[in-house]
Amino acid sequence: MECLIGIQGPDFVLVASDSASGRSIIRMKDDQDKMFKLSSKLLMLVTGEAGDTVQFAEYIEKNIQLYKMRNGYELTPHAAANFTRRNLADSLRSSSAYQVNMLIAGFDDASGPALYFMDWLASLQKVPFGAHGYGSFFSLSIMDRYYKPDLSRAEARELLQKCIDEVQRRFLVRLPDFFVRIVDKDGIHDVSIPNKS
Amino acid sequence: MQFQIREHTAVSRTKHEQQQFVSVSQLNNVHCHSLNMSRRYDTRTTIFSPEGRLYQVEYAMEAVGHAGICLGILANDGIVMAAERRNTNKLLDDVFASEKIYKLHEDFACSVAGITSDANVLTNQLRLIAQRYLLQFQEPIPCEQLVSSLCDVKQYYTQFGGQRPFGVSILYMGWDRHYGFQLYQSDPSGNYSGWKATCIGNNSVAAVSMLKQEYKEEEMTLEDALKIAVKVLDKTLDITKLTPDKVEFSTLTRENGATKMKILGAKEVEALIQEHEQVKAEEAKKTATKK
Repeated sequence: MECLIGIQGPDFVLVASDSASGRSIIRMKDDQDKMFKLSSKLLMLVTGEAGDTVQFAEYIEKNIQLYKMRNGYELTPHAAANFTRRNLADSLRSSSAYQVNMLIAGFDDASGPALYFMDWLASLQKVPFGAHGYGSFFSLSIMDRYYKPDLSRAEARELLQKCIDEVQRRFLVRLPDFFVRIVDKDGIHDVSIPNKS
Repeated sequence: MQFQIREHTAVSRTKHEQQQFVSVSQLNNVHCHSLNMSRRYDTRTTIFSPEGRLYQVEYAMEAVGHAGICLGILANDGIVMAAERRNTNKLLDDVFASEKIYKLHEDFACSVAGITSDANVLTNQLRLIAQRYLLQFQEPIPCEQLVSSLCDVKQYYTQFGGQRPFGVSILYMGWDRHYGFQLYQSDPSGNYSGWKATCIGNNSVAAVSMLKQEYKEEEMTLEDALKIAVKVLDKTLDITKLTPDKVEFSTLTRENGATKMKILGAKEVEALIQEHEQVKAEEAKKTATKK
């Protein structure tokens, strides 16, 4: 039921995650933050099996922090994404695999912004935009239609709003609120969007 | 019965040690007293002597001191590494273009001084460490991480029982996205350090002091570095004339966002040597006219 959306621009990545947390058919709360700050310019959005998501994300987060402490510099988004993939791929082939899907948004001073898409089968892809969950059925076609590589921040927010509007209009399950953040050369920033519901 | 056998082996071992002990004394000309002290503590690598020294580690360093010289010079646009070639028998099959300079991965190479068979084990380890990192992160390993990982291996053999340390010092040259061109040196104890120009092997102390004089801070080019390398090798090698078959030169540069490593061919080395000879002759002339 959960939904993650990411859009990469020329010098930023805009990401959104729904804030619902539930079990079975019950909604437990409406302010669940599914984003994990891996390092100063690296953000991981995780959905999947409840419990697995937090366990896996924190494991990756702590390892990336450890790398920084040991070496005095941070992993690049590319290296961090591949490190995450390797861990998930190893876990998949064990008797207790993590069932998590994620978007990784990062900014590298040398190579610019990057957005990575990965599902629970550890199929890492670098994408200009991406979405997870049922929300992807509604938002991917919109992004196919309106995305352009050189969109401005305002245009990216507009596009994201289009996607969220569609999810909230057509999806059977109510997703009333989203967390929205932007990753750029200065780090990770909160973005507020008007709450429609 | 069993006891007797044991006693017998114990005796033969001390005899062996005594033999070893004589040969070491001949080599080092050390006083008898300090040898008696060392004999008791140098049979195991893991034991400190009363003066707080690890003899086996120091002997390993000694082995490096007898090995062919290797030097490295950092320039603004690249790195030069040069090594002395000792096996120059003309019957030797020359299938290997390079004898002492090993490529470790995309943008990292090293040169070794010491026991070559030990060095082969270590270069294998280095390549393995580099590939493991590549597998985990899909990115080449940063220079210092590779050096420090190998030094963990070297250090292990100075602390844990029954084995001898590696009799190898290594000079590393590489490039990474964090700190650009880098030159490192590591020794048998597991210590490592970064340098602008340094040298390991036979006569390295003299070579380092020469490098200290010749090195021009901040304004070195690869060309200058090559010239200095030839000059230092010419002065410090125990040979009358430098020839391309006795030395090995390699350079590491960056071109179009990729690291380029090159082992200089015999013709290029010959040209370098000739240029050096000319400069030397001119300088000799100048000093002669002054007098």
